[in-house]
Amino acid sequence: MTMMYQPNPLPAPAKEPGNEPFWDAARTGKFLVKFCTSCKKPHWYPRALCPFCFGETEWKEGSGKGVIYSLSVMQRGNPNPYCIAYVTLEEGVTMMTQIVDCDLAALKIGQKVKLVFKPTEGDGPPVPTFTPV
Amino acid sequence: MTIRDKAYIVGAYEHPTRKAPDKSVAQIHAESAKGALADAGLSLSDIDGYYCAGDAPGLGMLNMADYMGLTNLRHVDSTETGGCSYLIHVSHAAQAIAAGKCKIALITLAGRPRSAGSSGMQARSWGVDIPDVPFEAPFGPVTVNSYAMVAARHMYEYGTTAEQLAWIKVAASHHAQHNPHAMLRDVVTVEDVVNSPLVSTPLHRLDCCVVSDGGGALIVAHPDIAKSLKRPLVKVRGAGEAIKGQLGGHVDLTYSGARRSGAAAFEEAGITPQDIKYASIYDSFTITVLMQLEDLGFCKKGEGGKFVSDGNLISGVGKLPFNTDGGGLCNNHPANRGGITKVIEAVRQLRGEAHPAVQVKNCDLALAHGTGGLLGARHGSATLILERA
Repeated sequence: MTMMYQPNPLPAPAKEPGNEPFWDAARTGKFLVKFCTSCKKPHWYPRALCPFCFGETEWKEGSGKGVIYSLSVMQRGNPNPYCIAYVTLEEGVTMMTQIVDCDLAALKIGQKVKLVFKPTEGDGPPVPTFTPV
Repeated sequence: MTIRDKAYIVGAYEHPTRKAPDKSVAQIHAESAKGALADAGLSLSDIDGYYCAGDAPGLGMLNMADYMGLTNLRHVDSTETGGCSYLIHVSHAAQAIAAGKCKIALITLAGRPRSAGSSGMQARSWGVDIPDVPFEAPFGPVTVNSYAMVAARHMYEYGTTAEQLAWIKVAASHHAQHNPHAMLRDVVTVEDVVNSPLVSTPLHRLDCCVVSDGGGALIVAHPDIAKSLKRPLVKVRGAGEAIKGQLGGHVDLTYSGARRSGAAAFEEAGITPQDIKYASIYDSFTITVLMQLEDLGFCKKGEGGKFVSDGNLISGVGKLPFNTDGGGLCNNHPANRGGITKVIEAVRQLRGEAHPAVQVKNCDLALAHGTGGLLGARHGSATLILERA
């Protein structure tokens, strides 16, 4: 049984001071990840201070490539079914996202995926989702 | 300093309502408190410590203390860790009593999610300025799919099956049939669970807890007070608490905070999981139970599926009787938070006051464990070890 992806309206991300570069980049199709300037480690979700050492952090462009760490398909969505997932990026951090543009019933943990931005409601910036490679 | 043997649970009351459209949330808090005081044989003016969490309306502590007329408070705590808050409250009350900061502490929970039409299928708003929300809310995280991702990873890592998870619900239903207040009293089979509609893969409708109105209250007291009362003595022997999140992006859904909260509680109590005669295990979903059983040390990591199969959690049948009131899966999940009912049923078991059909023989050591928040995102874990004195 297949369950082809059908888009749902995605709420625009809440505005928080400090996140502007991420969403501005998203509008130009670029995906940013925060790295620590002190211990050099990436982290997710983006923070002003590194959650491993409290060092200062900077934005770097991410590869947008990853693998599915876990997933769940909500059978009754808004209004369509949708697949929430954790994707582990090539950079080594794992982020919450959705898997899109595919047969949701065929998705597997461990599957390779790549980034695709999806528009959000109103004048919101696009958000990073993923689709099978 | 340890809280071991420094405090007793002298009152426990589970509000009988499961649907209360005509009661206010504050009223259910107060009725629950009244019930616990009556159970203990104490009165309102005796209370000098009060503990509540986010289900208490308004500024919680301030509004509820005023509403209930708690005018003698010397120690208060509104620790908010979701559904496990109330187990942490027991520990914090015991700490305060051990330190001489209060002698008789009240803990309350109440809510009306059933009347209000809220459930784990919907996004919940916890307010503004939450740092993770911009990077998560657009993707539709709700309660059920957070826990479902934990279940999916467990199945991937360890080969756990839907049928094994179903055994947890089957065991709860065997207990609930004896509880006249339980929302779901019909005994179900593994087939019933796996054939119920999928809600969020791999969890089915019967893998999910009930949505109920209701409330509960506990009274924690100094040993001198406890020994002056007429109720069977239940003492707090150990406690642990832990918080676990996404670890800066090193998400690991294969273990929960119970690993740390359980170890701390067992160390303080000076016992091992093998000594536990009865366990109240938070059961928002079947996977919640499986994860906690492993992380608390009742079985090895990855072997939870095998452990719960074949009725091993059914009182009188298996090795580890759990949630003999029917738990959140069948009985009650007031305020969408089952923590306080976990402690209440453990107290019933230790007093020998559980339903005769599910009462564990010689129940002298019990564990109660809570998971609050979202197991697949960020959650609190709290473990209590209680002993019949």
